[in-house]
Amino acid sequence: MRTAEALRMALEALRVNRLRSTLTMLGVIIGVLAVVILVAIGTGAKNAVEKEIAGLGSNIILVVPGQVGLGAAPTQSRLDLTDVAYVRRVVGDPSKVTVAVNSGESVRVGRNEVFATLTGTDENMQNIFDRPLRRGRYMTATDVDTRRRVTVLGSEVAGKLFGDVDPIGRQATIAGVRFRVIGVYESVGSTFGVARDQEVHVPVTTAQRLIGLPRINGIAVGASGPDEIESLQHKVVAALDARYPDEKFSAVTQTQLLGTIGTVLSMLTGVLAAIAGISLLVGGVGVSNIMLVSVRERTKEIGLRKALGARQRDVLWQFLIEAVLLTTIGGLIGILLGVGGALLIQALSPVPAAITWWSIALAFGVSVGVGVFFGVAPARRAGRLDPVVALRSE
Amino acid sequence: MTTQPPMTSPTAFEAIGLTRSYDLEGVSVDALRGVDLRIEQGEFVALLGPSGSGKSTLMHLLGCLDRPTSGILRVGGVDVATLDDTRLAELRNQTIGFVFQSFHLLARTPALDNVALPLVYRGVTRSERRARAEAALKAVGLGHRMGHRPSQMSGGEQQRVAIARALVGDPQVVLADEPTGNLDTRNGEEVMNLLERLNADSGVAVVLVTHEPDVAARARRQIHVRDGLIELDSRSRTAPAGETTEGGAG
Ligand SMILES: Nc1ncnc2c1ncn2[C@@H]1O[C@H](COP(=O)(O)OP(=O)(O)OP(=O)(O)O)[C@@H](O)[C@H]1O
Ligand SMILES: [Mg+2]
Repeated sequence: MRTAEALRMALEALRVNRLRSTLTMLGVIIGVLAVVILVAIGTGAKNAVEKEIAGLGSNIILVVPGQVGLGAAPTQSRLDLTDVAYVRRVVGDPSKVTVAVNSGESVRVGRNEVFATLTGTDENMQNIFDRPLRRGRYMTATDVDTRRRVTVLGSEVAGKLFGDVDPIGRQATIAGVRFRVIGVYESVGSTFGVARDQEVHVPVTTAQRLIGLPRINGIAVGASGPDEIESLQHKVVAALDARYPDEKFSAVTQTQLLGTIGTVLSMLTGVLAAIAGISLLVGGVGVSNIMLVSVRERTKEIGLRKALGARQRDVLWQFLIEAVLLTTIGGLIGILLGVGGALLIQALSPVPAAITWWSIALAFGVSVGVGVFFGVAPARRAGRLDPVVALRSE
Repeated sequence: MTTQPPMTSPTAFEAIGLTRSYDLEGVSVDALRGVDLRIEQGEFVALLGPSGSGKSTLMHLLGCLDRPTSGILRVGGVDVATLDDTRLAELRNQTIGFVFQSFHLLARTPALDNVALPLVYRGVTRSERRARAEAALKAVGLGHRMGHRPSQMSGGEQQRVAIARALVGDPQVVLADEPTGNLDTRNGEEVMNLLERLNADSGVAVVLVTHEPDVAARARRQIHVRDGLIELDSRSRTAPAGETTEGGAG
């Protein structure tokens, strides 16, 4: 018997038992749908985070006190501006080193008040981070050296405080102190939940006085190219370790962040897909069950086919193809619904979803595999039926 | 005019000391206890005997649906013991046509496809299958019922579809286990006419089981089975083994 023939027979059998076939497929449909959607969401989240990190700028090394790692307790910083000067000497190019000190403060203009992240930094910030201006100017070395009360606002802060009014040259009160607005950043979105459009930048010296502590939170170093990153990273950490032998310093790069976060998110996606895969497996058990029922129900038919000359493998093939067809059709429907669902989620919710070819190929392959795996036992049973016994069955 | 089809052996079936026992929870039931039998090409044989005597068991063995417990069975000269299940299925497909008491048609499949079914397992193309099934259905007078499903047909029509299915593969033998058992006299008559014509026109050997004396009377040879043994064989009584005088005569 030809495969085309077996296919025709199987389709006919599925058509005859339309409702049962549909219900059996439902298990596979739901499983595949879940795999496709969850992988799409996982991948979408990963892409979004990677885009955020890449959006920071390129070839950045962040130096912070203590151990950086998931679950590590934040360390009280001992670093101050003399350490920044030290790192500048170590790196060689002072314009490639900048600093950050952070504090949450309220910012007020007239009756408008917002809570923003105050970031003290210096004139080198724009050399390292990708932070284009919408209006005005960046802070200068003079602003930093003379502790000027000037500020560059994140786009969201500017919008909330000034509305349609041009903020440049106007006053804003930060933590009770009046600052002059010298610039407004372009909107850049958020990184790791840090809403960068809600930041207000002031000279680091001014920020330290405002906060009342001479500390800084971290140092950022810009490498001149991807090849330089690793050596520079080691050089800076080694220099700081030498300066403070009883303390630890860490330097992380974008690549490492991307790697770590990518791994975590991939793992998460994998776990989600595995959970969805279990439902696919349950769908497969359903297929097996229905095929066994079908073989029992059609025992007489099997006996007849054998009497008319069907070989064991003809009958086996017929039932196996039926099972594989069930799961494959279910899989295809699941893929279509999954892709549709992912697109819908993408369009209607803030959850990012990215459809990947490998997840579709995998879902399809697994559907076919499930059909083969769970169809073999019933099909073998059918193939081995004794024709005389089968013909007699009621 | 002789209508003997070309064959390697003129003997359709040859059984020597054929037995078949069933094991029922440790107790052995002997359905056949040593059957010796020769059925030549083109014969028309009726098997008679009380219920449980072993007629169906013998038919299953002749039809290669089952294997003997002991003894030798040759079908068309081939010892079935030398064939594996696959070859047995092929032998069944090519040399034997079955007609059952309860028709055994696929209920939701049109008559034409029911008839064509044996050809599917022979790898015949779809168009040729159609053509041959059509011809077979016309031969049993059902040219106008080809698209009907068995559930839309009378019992007599269904059995004629089953006969068409038995003929479609040009078998050497048609085995019919109580083919008229579920039919009224008129439909039974018609089925018998068909089988007779088939036997006379194409030289196909027909072996049928029946409980009805007037059906059995239409066969040229009657074999009586009792307790798993052949009790009486009309041919060995009236004409010694060998030529059947009227066989194949038009
Ligand atoms: N699968 C089986 N398992 C056990 N015993 C069986 C089986 N098939 C047949 N038998 C036994 O073998 C004997 C012969 O059965 P068989 O069906 O050949 O009789 P039969 O002559 O066709 O009867 P009937 O005229 O009622 O159809 C019976 O005693 C029956 O019980
Ligand atoms: Mg019987």
